[in-house]
Amino acid sequence: MTRWGMAIDLDRCTGCEACVVACAAENNIQTVGEEQAREGRAMHWLRIERYYEGEFPNVRTRFMPVLCQQCGAAPCEPVCPVYATYRNPEGLNAMVYSRCIGTRFCANNCPYTVRVFNWFDAEFPAPLDSQLNPDVSVRPGGVMEKCTFCVQRIQAGKDEAAQEDREVADGDIRTACQQSCPTKAITFGDLEDPDSGVSKWAESPRAFSLLGDLDTRPGVVYLSGSEWREPAE
Amino acid sequence: MTAESQPSAAALDGQLLGRLDRRRPGLLVGSLASGALALVFIYCWGYQIANGIGVTGINRPVFWGFYIINFVFWIGISHAGTLISAILRVTKAEWRRPVTRSAEAITLFALAIGGLFPLIHLGRVAIFYYMIPYPNSRMLWPNFRSPLVWDIAAITTYIIGSALYLFLPLIPDAAVMRDRAAAGLKKRFYAVLALGWRGTAQQWHSLEWGIRILAVVIIPVAVSVHTIVSWDFAMTQTPGWKSTIFGPYFVVGAIFSGIAVLMIAMALLRRGLALERFLTDRVFNNLGLLFVTMSLVWGYFTFAEHLTVWYSGDLFEKNVHHVLLHGDFAVPFWTMVVVNLVIPVAVLSFPRGRRPLPTALVGCGVLVGMWLERFLIVVPALSTPRLAYSIGDYMPSWVELGIMIGAVGVFACLYFTFTQLLPIVSVWEMREGWRHAGSGGESGQPSEAAPTSAAASPVPGGGAA
Repeated sequence: MTRWGMAIDLDRCTGCEACVVACAAENNIQTVGEEQAREGRAMHWLRIERYYEGEFPNVRTRFMPVLCQQCGAAPCEPVCPVYATYRNPEGLNAMVYSRCIGTRFCANNCPYTVRVFNWFDAEFPAPLDSQLNPDVSVRPGGVMEKCTFCVQRIQAGKDEAAQEDREVADGDIRTACQQSCPTKAITFGDLEDPDSGVSKWAESPRAFSLLGDLDTRPGVVYLSGSEWREPAE
Repeated sequence: MTAESQPSAAALDGQLLGRLDRRRPGLLVGSLASGALALVFIYCWGYQIANGIGVTGINRPVFWGFYIINFVFWIGISHAGTLISAILRVTKAEWRRPVTRSAEAITLFALAIGGLFPLIHLGRVAIFYYMIPYPNSRMLWPNFRSPLVWDIAAITTYIIGSALYLFLPLIPDAAVMRDRAAAGLKKRFYAVLALGWRGTAQQWHSLEWGIRILAVVIIPVAVSVHTIVSWDFAMTQTPGWKSTIFGPYFVVGAIFSGIAVLMIAMALLRRGLALERFLTDRVFNNLGLLFVTMSLVWGYFTFAEHLTVWYSGDLFEKNVHHVLLHGDFAVPFWTMVVVNLVIPVAVLSFPRGRRPLPTALVGCGVLVGMWLERFLIVVPALSTPRLAYSIGDYMPSWVELGIMIGAVGVFACLYFTFTQLLPIVSVWEMREGWRHAGSGGESGQPSEAAPTSAAASPVPGGGAA
């Protein structure tokens, strides 16, 4: 069985946000504009949280890429009245956009606040419409969405392997954020496969889960060498 | 004295129903004003459906706003009627007679509006029925693990139960209206409502049993409804929401706000229909004592909730707690404590405070306080998520305000229409009460009531039919 997972090395992250841009381009995420963003309606599936330590001028910035943690025990799933979000056999928290009626209960129950909502119908004025990814649906207004671990790339990787009559090899499937990271801070693969890169990273003594106390069993593992673990206020 | 306090059935009917036959300018103005507000409601909702849910002020992380607050508020108001009137019927409280009908109508209309708010709140209201277990080609069920699906089951049950509970005691009155109406559309309307009521002994027997059974059954339904509403919050793991106390806390809050509405309605009815004979000062005194008790119980729950959170020292819970007590939400929080606890206790502890006017005024304050309580449950917890990077705030848009105010208009419009079409006081139950008061012990209530009833008989419109 497969359990898709991701590991992010915070010691390598420079906070450049290339992953945020790559994610938006790959997944047809709507650009809401300045005004809506100010109201707290930016749609990024992946955000770089910045936390500052120390007093000026001795300030240190910590970067924390936060995306859907693809929890093994996801708080968002049981509260959805219509099964628009559910756990698929490969460990993804899948979103069924056509099923979503927009109660936003899932987003309230997400401890990581990573779910984003389409407050209005998406607009891609020309020429933006010609750069839409044909493998990803454009979501209508009133629907919840979030990081899918680039499920379309997972599917493409599996299709390709099937055509070549082989198993999916580690490294075949790369998410958009992983691909665009200049410091290679992100790795993606099968957590059930002990030889995969992501499994090796996950076994690192530097590995931890975000808000691990909640036992949501995230599919995302963070690596950090310093004592700092979680942003505390 | 006894004879004076026991008008004939026909005189009583005339007194209560005669008001129905007259044109009442006050009611007409009220209907028009509330109808205008109802149009605001329809316009705002239509605007939101046409433009998207983004016309509200909700955002990330405050995904729930005024709509959910008003949902909980109206469901709380609905406890004015069915629950309280059922308790009064089961305990055979005599003074329930003039109150039950109006209280049950409040319940039904408040529920209808409360039940609309979750739909208004949806991102895609056109497919709300995905939440209902209906047979469909894809063999999909709703998710029965979701508290929202429990909500739908509970509120649907409550609406059906409340409608029946309002309708059953209405049958004999509808029959009276039918018999009084001239042939035509009006007569046919009442004839449909009266379900062929002839007033035979068998029919009375069935009706009384039906009401008795419903009154007992509706009590656990009412308790479960507000418990399940609380579980929309308490079943999550959101700091500020996950709490075992929420079930009973919400039920107490609902009864508290329900009594507040009842106090206001009773004071208005007593004045408007000159019902001093039934709604005596003693009734207000007793209900005032119940009211202050609920205030104290509410205060106890509030204290217990916040003390346990503060004592735990849990970082995330404390963040929410901090914005409530000392931070951005301190002003509404302490206002709520004053109008829900300090003022009721200060006023209602004294016999002079338990008169119609002061209790109704305290009731108005409690309504504001209980609305604030729901606001303080929904918004601070959401605006203070675990990851501090996402801390947000919330300001309602004009659409949300329009729908909130418009909903009051829809409620008033329904209520005025009901009052104009049907007796807002249960005529046959009043007549029964008259009979009980006459045949019962001569001491106590009848002698106490006699002077006021004399004052009540020259009511304008008495026998005007």
